[in-house]
Amino acid sequence: MAAPPKDGKLAQWFHRRGWQDMIIGIPYLWLILFFLFPFCIVVAMSVATRTPTAPPFGFGGENPIINLAGYARLFHDTLYIRAFLTSIVNAAGATLLCLVVGYPMALGLTRVSKGSRNILLMLVILPFWTSFLLRVYAWMGLMAKNSWFNGLLTDAYNFLTPAAWAVKSIPMMHTNFAVVVVMLYTYLPFMILPLYANLERLDRTLDEAAMDLGSKPAQVFRDITLPQSIPGIIAGGLLVFIPAAGELVIPTLVGDASSPMIGRVISDEFTAASDWPMASSVAVALLLLMVGPMMVYTHYQSKAEGKAAEEQK
Amino acid sequence: MAQEDLPFIRIEAVSKSFGTFQAVKDVNLTIRKGEIFALLGGSGCGKTTLLRMLAGFEDPTAGTIFIDGQDMTGVPPWERPVHMMFQSYALFPHMSVEKNVAYGLKHENMTAEARKTRVREMLDLVQLTEFAHRKPHQISGGQRQRVALARALARQPKLLLLDEPLAALDKKLREHTQFELMSIQERTGVTFIVVTHDQEEAMTLADRIAVMDRGQVKQVGAPTEVYENPASRFVAGFIGSITAFPATVAQLSGDTATVAVPAFDTTVTARAVPGLVEGQSVTLAIRPEKLTINAVKPDLGNAVAGEIKDLAYFGKDSLYRVLLPKGDLIQAHAVNARRTAEARPDWYEKVWLSFEPASAILLTE
Amino acid sequence: MNRRPTFLITMLCFGFAFFYIPILSMMVYSFNASRLATVWGGFSTKWYVSLFSNRQVGEALWLSLRIALLSATCATILGTMAGIVLARFRRFKGRVVFSGLVTAPLIMPEVITGISSLMGFILMAQWIGWPASRGFTTVTLAHITFSMVFVTTIVQSRMLQADRAIEEAAMDLGSRPWQVMFDVTLPVISPAILSGWLLAFTISLDDVVITSFTTGPGSTTLPLLIWSKVKLGVTPDINALATLTVLIVGICVAIAGVMMNRAEKRRERDAQLAYRANE
Repeated sequence: MAAPPKDGKLAQWFHRRGWQDMIIGIPYLWLILFFLFPFCIVVAMSVATRTPTAPPFGFGGENPIINLAGYARLFHDTLYIRAFLTSIVNAAGATLLCLVVGYPMALGLTRVSKGSRNILLMLVILPFWTSFLLRVYAWMGLMAKNSWFNGLLTDAYNFLTPAAWAVKSIPMMHTNFAVVVVMLYTYLPFMILPLYANLERLDRTLDEAAMDLGSKPAQVFRDITLPQSIPGIIAGGLLVFIPAAGELVIPTLVGDASSPMIGRVISDEFTAASDWPMASSVAVALLLLMVGPMMVYTHYQSKAEGKAAEEQK
Repeated sequence: MAQEDLPFIRIEAVSKSFGTFQAVKDVNLTIRKGEIFALLGGSGCGKTTLLRMLAGFEDPTAGTIFIDGQDMTGVPPWERPVHMMFQSYALFPHMSVEKNVAYGLKHENMTAEARKTRVREMLDLVQLTEFAHRKPHQISGGQRQRVALARALARQPKLLLLDEPLAALDKKLREHTQFELMSIQERTGVTFIVVTHDQEEAMTLADRIAVMDRGQVKQVGAPTEVYENPASRFVAGFIGSITAFPATVAQLSGDTATVAVPAFDTTVTARAVPGLVEGQSVTLAIRPEKLTINAVKPDLGNAVAGEIKDLAYFGKDSLYRVLLPKGDLIQAHAVNARRTAEARPDWYEKVWLSFEPASAILLTE
Repeated sequence: MNRRPTFLITMLCFGFAFFYIPILSMMVYSFNASRLATVWGGFSTKWYVSLFSNRQVGEALWLSLRIALLSATCATILGTMAGIVLARFRRFKGRVVFSGLVTAPLIMPEVITGISSLMGFILMAQWIGWPASRGFTTVTLAHITFSMVFVTTIVQSRMLQADRAIEEAAMDLGSRPWQVMFDVTLPVISPAILSGWLLAFTISLDDVVITSFTTGPGSTTLPLLIWSKVKLGVTPDINALATLTVLIVGICVAIAGVMMNRAEKRRERDAQLAYRANE
């Protein structure tokens, strides 16, 4: 960045470049200090050696400078592979369910009258403003063994199946099914909102043109609406998948402890096992796994940005 | 006054590139004090880029701009004695009309009282005194345009730049505003540079016009000069409509040239331009309104036979497309001075087109 | 042709039932007299009484609010700066790294942000002796960092929509770039800044994971308190707390809705005014 000019006119410098350097520099430095630096520590830690000291790691000295044992364990110990698989399956399931439930809702929102649309949109966002933790908690109440909701489902199940298969209650808590349902519940707005934003911008006369040319509503949806909403589907899908894959709160509260998701593994390694290097190795692996979806996300983000900038012109 | 004829703004060999794209190529222009100067051209011709370089938002890649004798190189927009009226008007949405007009004055060393007076004067000038406390979104488009004008004039700039000043107004308002702009310019004496893509706007507003194409200035001159004596086919075609044919100079005598026009299947006479030699290939161009349509062959002057192929009746006048002997089409324009239909040529009628030698334009380019 | 989209409306109804039945159920059960949180045992308000008499809850709430206010304010200042930088300064050294640094926290799993912040703070304390202990300061710092990028996103997209010409107009009228920022840019994007602040505030108030890693003994925020309770299972007083939260948020959102509605009406009136001024 520019140095003050030699003529020593400090005010002049500030007017020309200084203020610019300042508003670039302050957030830049902040992010380097509190985001980039800690992140580099994670990467460095992933090749450190665990020691019984405080803090529990060592570099060099009697320890190897680069210790890849953590990464090796990722492949040897099936715990980690299973955790990764569970995470991907759960996150993908939640994303798919969000799409199946959210798409018709988003499309429905574009079809209701303007007045009720604003209220309904507010109702979609409202749960988002209430505590995430409490929304997860609400489902704990519903899924518990002796709750009215579980009772209802149990009755329905017993009514539909032979008496020999009757159960006292459906085991929902502490299963991966519960994780997916709660993820669906908590992440659904992230799917609906970008989809709605996308669908709302579509030109309705295109639908009418297609109908005019002989397409039935279902065909109009398949040929016109769906292809145009792919950017919205991708945005919504990534907004659900990325946080879901690294989720910690939901699997801890309603998940199956015997097949944990990767977020919980990282947390447990770090706090319970106090194994910083191993936690960091898993973290780095998780990030590498997410690089793909992240690149897709940033690609679309920058494309949208470029579009906005162009429309600007 | 002789002083007014001195170049007030000099644009010397100015070029501007954005990456590999050359938006403005080696433009030289001088603009006199107190005139309305129009930069006319299609979109992407570089006229807006030139305007933005005058305002200081873009730096020329090469060349120099002088305003009132001062080299503008490296002078930031906020230090230039130049103000701009933006195409979108760019009114500050969070400030009232009054505050918008007063905004530039806060950098002026003047008392609060003087500032108030100036704002009132400006609002009087554009007849918006009663709307002083409204916000921009509470007034109409035409009023917004006037606020933008008052705001730009409040600091008494040496030069006012107007970017498509009338583009956002509807047709009726546009004509009215045109005259208003001219009268305000006369009263304030500020030099105006107007960027526009609308040739009529440029012709009525400006004292002089620069026609631009692909970054270059094609011709500079008074509206009549540019219209009647276009320097090139581009200028001739851009301003008004014109039909052009290839021709060869057959004979030169004094200021009259006899040219053979294959499309006409005859020779015609036209006013010679300097530097013409016999046997030279030229372009003969003629504007529709310079042609007269006759039922019989006129005795004197240039006459070309043809057949009416198409006609468009506009009420006060009509436009004809006439098929020439070799299959070319020429446009002719006629005022419908009489009410009866018999007076007007009809479809497929054989006619004779005639024009004065001085009306045809010979282009050597 | 205007056939009613029956299927879509049905899906909307099911969707909203899905959204609100769990919350309503939780609210109803907050008035449950039974100790067994999921079995109805008659009406009672005793859980509200026990909630209000719980000093721990009050202290945690107060700490959460203090952290949220401070971190949202700092995050808004930093995030607005970064948003302006990304939207307006097209070319500067390190722009690529900068935009990466602004995007990464958005997609970084919270657990990783949590452990990296904690390790960062521990190592900083070891090397330069600051921050000496973990608690209010470290939680606030971590919250500022990961909520500022949300503000940046909002501000940046608002800036890209805004008409650049009004900034140029101010410059043209004699204002230096930094004056333009205060006179024009910031007032014009102020709604985006406000929603950025609100988002940062809620994110901070709501955060469990990052807080749980960066906090220290004695600094328990409200989400951490709830977290430690619900990890053990469903408890009735959390139902009461949740009900109050939903009611407070609902009222705030309703007020905001009414205010937005009024602003809309005012805009319509202004448009009419402008139309009449035309004549």
